[in-house]
Amino acid sequence: MLLIHCPYCKEDRPELEFSHAGEAHIVRPTNIAAIDDTAFEEMFFLRDNPKGLVYERWRHIHGCGRFFNAVRDTVSDRFLTTYKAGEPKPDPVRLSKGADVAKKGAAK
Amino acid sequence: MADRNTALRAAPLDGRLVRSAHVEIVPADVASRIVLRARPEAIAPLSRALGVKLPEEPKTSAKAKASRLAGRIALWIGPDEWLVVDPNGADLMALCSKVKKLHSAVDVSHRNTAILVAGEAAQSVISAGCPQDLSPNIFPVGACSRTVLGKAEIVLVREDAHVFRVECWRSFSDYVFAFLADAARDAVI
Ligand SMILES: [Zn+2]
Repeated sequence: MLLIHCPYCKEDRPELEFSHAGEAHIVRPTNIAAIDDTAFEEMFFLRDNPKGLVYERWRHIHGCGRFFNAVRDTVSDRFLTTYKAGEPKPDPVRLSKGADVAKKGAAK
Repeated sequence: MADRNTALRAAPLDGRLVRSAHVEIVPADVASRIVLRARPEAIAPLSRALGVKLPEEPKTSAKAKASRLAGRIALWIGPDEWLVVDPNGADLMALCSKVKKLHSAVDVSHRNTAILVAGEAAQSVISAGCPQDLSPNIFPVGACSRTVLGKAEIVLVREDAHVFRVECWRSFSDYVFAFLADAARDAVI
């Protein structure tokens, strides 16, 4: 089982307490009635699903109940960081460097 | 004129009991409960009205100080959410209604019920279905958390080194009690 750090509970908690809630940082248009079907489809349905770093929303549904964001590597299934909803997107370059350091540390 | 009939309240776990050499599992007494949602500016007035300081640190609980309110507890559930339990039938909603600052209070006295798990195997019994680390240094006396037990959501409180209170929804209580009873059959100390 994965341990996920909840930024509101401020500790690592078991995966069973969480639910995944889709891609993070998707900005809804302010004039949603004015956009055409293609733009709506793009915003509402289409997701990138990359191999590597993804920004996701998670909810600590059986814990504090809060939504928060996470950066996860879809190759290793490793969580690089989690942060509160509304906080800016962390810089991926800095994050993957951090991960390398952590990996080296763990290998010792 | 027709006689007036009064329905007797049936507690969901009436008569259930597990007692073994190392653990006892009993339904807790009837209690008043509210779920509170409040922004920071309402925390102080709500705490004054309820006679218990709403905890602001994750995974912590607080007890009412005054002896006439003995047993009343406030449990941190989320950054703006608390569960307040009073074992003496207090009208917690009436107390909150006097607070002017915006907040939400919902009476869940009958939605929830609670089970007490006590004895030296208590931690091991809960750990049979709860994935959190319940070691005394991680989940000390007074710690509380919404979490899961098997497939059911619970709110867990460590009332004493070997005493846990398991709050669960009334409709899940049969499952939760049966789960704990089963776990108690081969608990380790
Ligand atoms: Zn949390």
